Amino acid sequence: MSFSNLDQLYRQVIMDHYKNPRNHGKLDDEAVTINMNNPTCGDRIQLFLKIEDGKVADVKFNGEGCSISQSSASMMTEAIKGLSVQDALKMSEIFSTMIQGKEYDAEGLDLGDIEALQGVSKFPARIKCAALAWKAMEKGLQE
Amino acid sequence: MNVEEIRKQFPILNEKINDKPLVYLDSAASSQKPIQVIEAMDRYYRTMNSNVHRGVHTLGTKATDAYEGAREKVRAFIRASSTEEIIFTRGSTTALNLVASSYGRANVKEGDEIVLTYMEHHSNIIPWQQVAKAANASLKYIPLQEDGTLSLEDVRKTITDKTKIVAITHVSNVLGTVNPIKEITEIAHEHGAVTVVDGAQSTPHMKVDVQDLDCDFFAFSGHKMCAPTGIGVLYGKKEHLEKMEPIEFGGEMIDFVGLYESTWKELPWKFEGGTPIIAGAVGLGAAIDFLEEIGMDEIEAHELELAQYALERLENIDGITIYGPKQRAGIVTFNLKDIHPHDVATVVDQEGIAIRAGHHCAQPLMNWLNVAATARASFYLYNSKEDIDSLAEALVKTKEYFGDVF
Repeated sequence: MSFSNLDQLYRQVIMDHYKNPRNHGKLDDEAVTINMNNPTCGDRIQLFLKIEDGKVADVKFNGEGCSISQSSASMMTEAIKGLSVQDALKMSEIFSTMIQGKEYDAEGLDLGDIEALQGVSKFPARIKCAALAWKAMEKGLQE
Repeated sequence: MNVEEIRKQFPILNEKINDKPLVYLDSAASSQKPIQVIEAMDRYYRTMNSNVHRGVHTLGTKATDAYEGAREKVRAFIRASSTEEIIFTRGSTTALNLVASSYGRANVKEGDEIVLTYMEHHSNIIPWQQVAKAANASLKYIPLQEDGTLSLEDVRKTITDKTKIVAITHVSNVLGTVNPIKEITEIAHEHGAVTVVDGAQSTPHMKVDVQDLDCDFFAFSGHKMCAPTGIGVLYGKKEHLEKMEPIEFGGEMIDFVGLYESTWKELPWKFEGGTPIIAGAVGLGAAIDFLEEIGMDEIEAHELELAQYALERLENIDGITIYGPKQRAGIVTFNLKDIHPHDVATVVDQEGIAIRAGHHCAQPLMNWLNVAATARASFYLYNSKEDIDSLAEALVKTKEYFGDVF
């Protein structure tokens, strides 16, 4: 059986984030806390955002779910830490465009590991998994 | 039973998925449709389509005869005593909601109890939560034994004289457990309670005799038994249905409409407001003919055999956890090592194998199992041992694949 298609989805870097999630844990009560789940499959994320001077000063997450949802959350926290709120939201838009398989422009932002999730666009049933943490982040920043 | 011949009746089984022949192991979510059902619906639209119970014209009579003919087929299929007891709904969910909204709201009062089990599908939990909230009544759950079955002793302990409703699934959509409905109903009746049975996972797979079960209400969906989506059935004992108020009002269900008051049609139509799912009912009738011709006992025996074969094959895979009892219907739910069920389902999908992954609309049961999600393979009359072999091989390869990348 050839799993070459799968290799586009389960990239090494994704599995690394899944096994060793970055920024995993909780922040204190002052942080903005967002709970979000994907009711159709049970994936769940709790995201903590500490905003100072219009910037994401700190971010942590915990939750449970598949490799795609949890690795995407880990990558997201790494990518937005230190960014301005505006840039974090912009990155979320770019990410959304990317996982739908459309042409995207990084607009000067460093996407880092996130681009490894491009392959999700070939697995439409898994786009929701990848998007969960980003939706939570958008909701938290807009509050 | 000749599975090879049966498979030929299901056009979709010729489809290729990711360049592999489709191995469909998700019939507990929705079954595939045989050509007989597809053609019956096509024929209805080509030669009979019009509204029912209205027109004087010949075509209207043809449509009405087809629709009511399907009702008689359903009656005979589940051995109800009268077609007055057969109400067409959109599916099991709508049927269960109808009982809750009508019978439940009228009969459950403050301090009363509604008894459920941990293995209920969300559609047989939430309507009762709503009834309990509105009436200030309480919900009680019959606990599960270690292997995911119910003990009658626990049933006796949970049901009391305060119990008004016992809502219970016939077959668990996760564990494959077959519940002793007849015995539970007897206990419920001793306490003056009624039983509401979710038959979504039993009716497609075994002979159902509602009079023998003696249950008060019984709900099932067409789409899990070779019929189209959008059609389901609520069976209710006439003595209850007669006293119940409709929950949907409008055309079709009325007897007389005045400016300030209206009266309802007789059973079963008083519960069928609006133009019904006529082609769906015709499709359900054709599905019943198809299943009866093969024989429900044969279908059940075939699936029990597949379930035992699947348990044997899958148990041998290192790192697999299988949930539920040894004796079960054609449903096998499992987890594979630390690999999340979504990831398992995505990998086996590359091999053309369709399985379900997630919480299966049974979050309380997932909590009881202490897992967030599981993978599930479910079988129907068109599945073969080769399908299970394909699954077992794909699961081994899934483990190898993730073993490499982890």
